Amino acid sequence: MSTVAFAAIAIFTLAAALAAATLPKLMHAALSFAVMFVGISAFFFLFGAEFVGLVQIFVYIGAVAVLIVFTILLTRQDVEKVRSFKWSGVIVAMAVFAGLVWAIGKTKSLPLTPPQIEPVTVQRIGELLMTNYVWPLQCVGVLLTAALIGALILVMEEKN
Amino acid sequence: MSDSIDQIFIHAKQWLLSFMSGRAPDWLVQIISSLINILALLGVFLTLFALISVLERKILGRMQNRYGPNRVGPFGLFQPVADGIKMLIKEDIVPARADKIVHFLAPVLIAAAAILTLGVIPYGRNMTPFTIDGGILFFFAVGSATELMVFMAGWGSNNKYSMLGAMRAIAQMISYELPLIITVLPVVMIVGSLNPDKIVGAQAAYSLGFLPHWFVFTPWGATAFILFFVSGLVESNRTPFDVPEGESEIVAGHMTEYSGFKYATFFMAEYIGMFAISGLGITLFLGGWHAPVHFLEFIPSYVWFFVKLSILLFVYIWLRGTLPRTRIDQIMNFAWKFMLPMAFTCVVAAAVWHYTGRGLRGWLGSLLVIAAVYFALSILLDTRRKFAPRTYRFAE
Repeated sequence: MSTVAFAAIAIFTLAAALAAATLPKLMHAALSFAVMFVGISAFFFLFGAEFVGLVQIFVYIGAVAVLIVFTILLTRQDVEKVRSFKWSGVIVAMAVFAGLVWAIGKTKSLPLTPPQIEPVTVQRIGELLMTNYVWPLQCVGVLLTAALIGALILVMEEKN
Repeated sequence: MSDSIDQIFIHAKQWLLSFMSGRAPDWLVQIISSLINILALLGVFLTLFALISVLERKILGRMQNRYGPNRVGPFGLFQPVADGIKMLIKEDIVPARADKIVHFLAPVLIAAAAILTLGVIPYGRNMTPFTIDGGILFFFAVGSATELMVFMAGWGSNNKYSMLGAMRAIAQMISYELPLIITVLPVVMIVGSLNPDKIVGAQAAYSLGFLPHWFVFTPWGATAFILFFVSGLVESNRTPFDVPEGESEIVAGHMTEYSGFKYATFFMAEYIGMFAISGLGITLFLGGWHAPVHFLEFIPSYVWFFVKLSILLFVYIWLRGTLPRTRIDQIMNFAWKFMLPMAFTCVVAAAVWHYTGRGLRGWLGSLLVIAAVYFALSILLDTRRKFAPRTYRFAE
């Protein structure tokens, strides 16, 4: 059952990713990118990482996809223009892919049978964030607040 | 006796499944078990949608001194059937320059997202269609996907009014998502769980046998509930925050280019979204399916849930009949200057309530925090503008 589900989700995600890379219209590519995020969060759900899956949808579809779509809309005058295939993109993609394969190949492979770990519940993640990882959490909070205030200052009307 | 009526649907489902389990393979029984939940959910809420669409028109009619629909069936109750048939046989117009696929997918996905959010709400004792540990997070994760679909509707239509409406909708939805989620935080903090069932369970007790421990009866809970309700109004694009579809300026916003059943699907998604956000408000602040007083517990739990839901929906309609539409800049200012600071205050007030022992002292302490911030904000945000006849600079 799990293998079938894995294969189905994998095909779905790869198809969406391929569509995002090859669709001629920029907006269609952005929307298929969002579909791919759904596939990735489905993977997280399949592996029992419920919290990560939910955050994936929350952040990547609710925020990042909307941001991408808006960026396209506000910056490109030629959203409707159909673009031709570019070989330079393929070269960059191949380089990144090769880099990733090299990095994965260099890491020590883990044993195939996973060690017995307790299921990762939202409760446990919350406890860990508030105890072991409280300093990183606070730092991220400060950083994001600074970014928010910076964005507000950038768009604030200049008073004479 | 009352217990068996309370659990009648659960028992019926279990009886059906045990009847199945000997005769069908395991995976089929599992699928049927899910299907029963889904069909029950859809059946109940689509009926409620039909009912509320006619009730809304009747109540609005009464508020505006007219009858409202009263021709089809007794008291006009069959009006939704007539409306449904009309919507189905209408021509489905797709603009020639529209993006056909995106234009088609937008209403489908928006309805799907709205219906998904209904799944995590506990409708009664043991009656949560879809139990998940981070249920509240699921609700907001799926809800936040709606923005992208509204954008798809606006962009796919290839119409300036659609695009303007979608832009307005996304602007106000993103702005109000922040206070909406932050007002949920105090409840999650106090209960210590993101699970809707546990949140309802934490509000089960009664003081002196008649005072329910609903979070709305604490100062932070009451404030958070009001903020949550206002944000919910914005998220479901209801009056007075319905600028995205402001008929008088931009035709119907992102729904301008939709006709027939696709328009009906948008309409349905809006109402289902309204039910979902009200249901979540009931779960978080109004004690879920618990009875308001102890001796009324014999009435089945799902009845209480739907009584509370009807009251909230009536308030939605009441507001629609009462308030004029606000401007988009007023909505934005209100979100960032008032709603957001007040939402953060609720978090602080809930912490005060918790650390002073959750008793009378905590009650007064959190009231003090909220009142102080409220008055400070009202002084800070006061623009000293007097109400006077409007003056026109260029049109004299």
